[in-house]
Amino acid sequence: MRTGPRARAAWWVFAALVLAFVYVPLAVVGVNSFNQDKTFGWPPSGFTTQWWATAFQAQGPRDALVTSVKAGLGATAIALVLGSLLALALARYDFFGKTAVNLLVILPIALPGIVTGLALQSVITGLLTPVFGIPAGLFTIIVGHATFCIVVVFNNATARLRRMGTSLEAASADLGAGPWMTFRRITLPLLAPSLVAGAVLAFGLSFDEIVVTTFTAGPGTPTLPIWIFNNLFRPNQAPVVNVVAVVLVLVSILPVWLAQRLSGGDAAGSRL
Amino acid sequence: MRHRLPAGLLAAPLAWLGVAYLGALAMIFATAFFTTDSFTGQVVRTFSLDNYRQVLTPTYLTIIGRTILVAALVTVLCILLAVPFAWFMARVVPARWRGVAVALVLVPLWASYLVKAYAWRAMVQPSGVLDSAFGTTPGYGLAAVVLTLTYLWLPYMVLPVYAGLDRLPESHLEASADLGASGWTTFRRVVLPAVKPSVAAGTVFTFSLSLGDYIAVSIVGGKLQMLGTAVLQNNTLDLPFAAALGSVSVLVMVVYLLAVRRAGALDNL
Repeated sequence: MRTGPRARAAWWVFAALVLAFVYVPLAVVGVNSFNQDKTFGWPPSGFTTQWWATAFQAQGPRDALVTSVKAGLGATAIALVLGSLLALALARYDFFGKTAVNLLVILPIALPGIVTGLALQSVITGLLTPVFGIPAGLFTIIVGHATFCIVVVFNNATARLRRMGTSLEAASADLGAGPWMTFRRITLPLLAPSLVAGAVLAFGLSFDEIVVTTFTAGPGTPTLPIWIFNNLFRPNQAPVVNVVAVVLVLVSILPVWLAQRLSGGDAAGSRL
Repeated sequence: MRHRLPAGLLAAPLAWLGVAYLGALAMIFATAFFTTDSFTGQVVRTFSLDNYRQVLTPTYLTIIGRTILVAALVTVLCILLAVPFAWFMARVVPARWRGVAVALVLVPLWASYLVKAYAWRAMVQPSGVLDSAFGTTPGYGLAAVVLTLTYLWLPYMVLPVYAGLDRLPESHLEASADLGASGWTTFRRVVLPAVKPSVAAGTVFTFSLSLGDYIAVSIVGGKLQMLGTAVLQNNTLDLPFAAALGSVSVLVMVVYLLAVRRAGALDNL
């Protein structure tokens, strides 16, 4: 379609407005982390780095950060193993119930998070704690996160397996390699970058998650998002909350950038 | 390489998702039919439809209706913003800048969900950014919730629609123009049918995510009650009732999925 210079200008103005809608609120949080005014009146009356200094010394966010990192690493490790097994099974074999398994993988992110959270919580309070003596805590956070992180690893690995095709694996088999040898020498090395990308993204997803975590975290082990949410409505904590929020955004964006570099393309879309 | 599936490949993932996760879901749907002893606060495992009777009282029907309304509004706003923006990305931006445009949409998709909801608190609060820039603010409440949720789920709509538009060959548009169609006719007769499945796929996200949200609602909603906040409130005191409310959101979602399946949305997921 031909578009005149005027229509073109209108398009750019529209796009600029949408991007402003997307980025201004995030920028405001960044600016507010230096805002002198504790109630965040706008425009800021003055700037200070005091909140950053306070936040770095505060014990609460630091403990929460450690919990978040541990939970992210645990969930990523489990999701990595289960997600790649599923991707291999679904991309390379035909079997009965394949569609059902496919649906099962996306179910944890397709259902409203509150339902998954409620379901896991009822297992914790009804089964894990009374029967096995496992209270809500880091372990249950990891279980919950792993459940919805599987799909990210799965999506990345599946996309890669499809693009790879099967000719190299067939050649390897023709040359006399067994299935295990083919997997170790051909499939795995080709798959590796997408697995790393998937793992990095799974970590990012886990690090940022709050809906399911609310139901699976015990009172003693807040993750960073939970800590922010708990302190959000406490006026004297507000400046520190802003600083932690900026850190959370930076840490959750970093994996996307890394994953894009590793997979050379569309890894970041795997959340959809 | 179409050998028989080695049993070990699926054993662990199916034990996790098929037994643990589906088991947990089954447990919560069963719990919805139990009751809570109001004296001890313990869950009583006898079959009863009391929770669903309570869900059907005007108080909760209002909350459910409001939640569906918010989800629908958010979905419509996301379509209105995302379709032109995706068109801009696919057809107006010069090809070498297209990667940058996609990155600009992807970054907020991954930037912390909680912080994005929180960011709107500073926007809509009295004497906040909107107040000082435009002299008015919706304040905490329904409008702020719709605005915030639209903001949160916008990338989930832009990306599928962009992918759909990107697949649409330029030659189709040229053919339509050569045959004398105006820009509007081409949009209605060529572009719209081509992106319909992608838009439908995007609405699955915007609708489902709005339906279960309680974080944004509690941050910018003021005293507003939605399905998510109602579930959370009943969660500790009356788990069976919370479970019944939660299953309502699943039911709404299933009905919605069946409705959009006809638009081909599910092939794009």
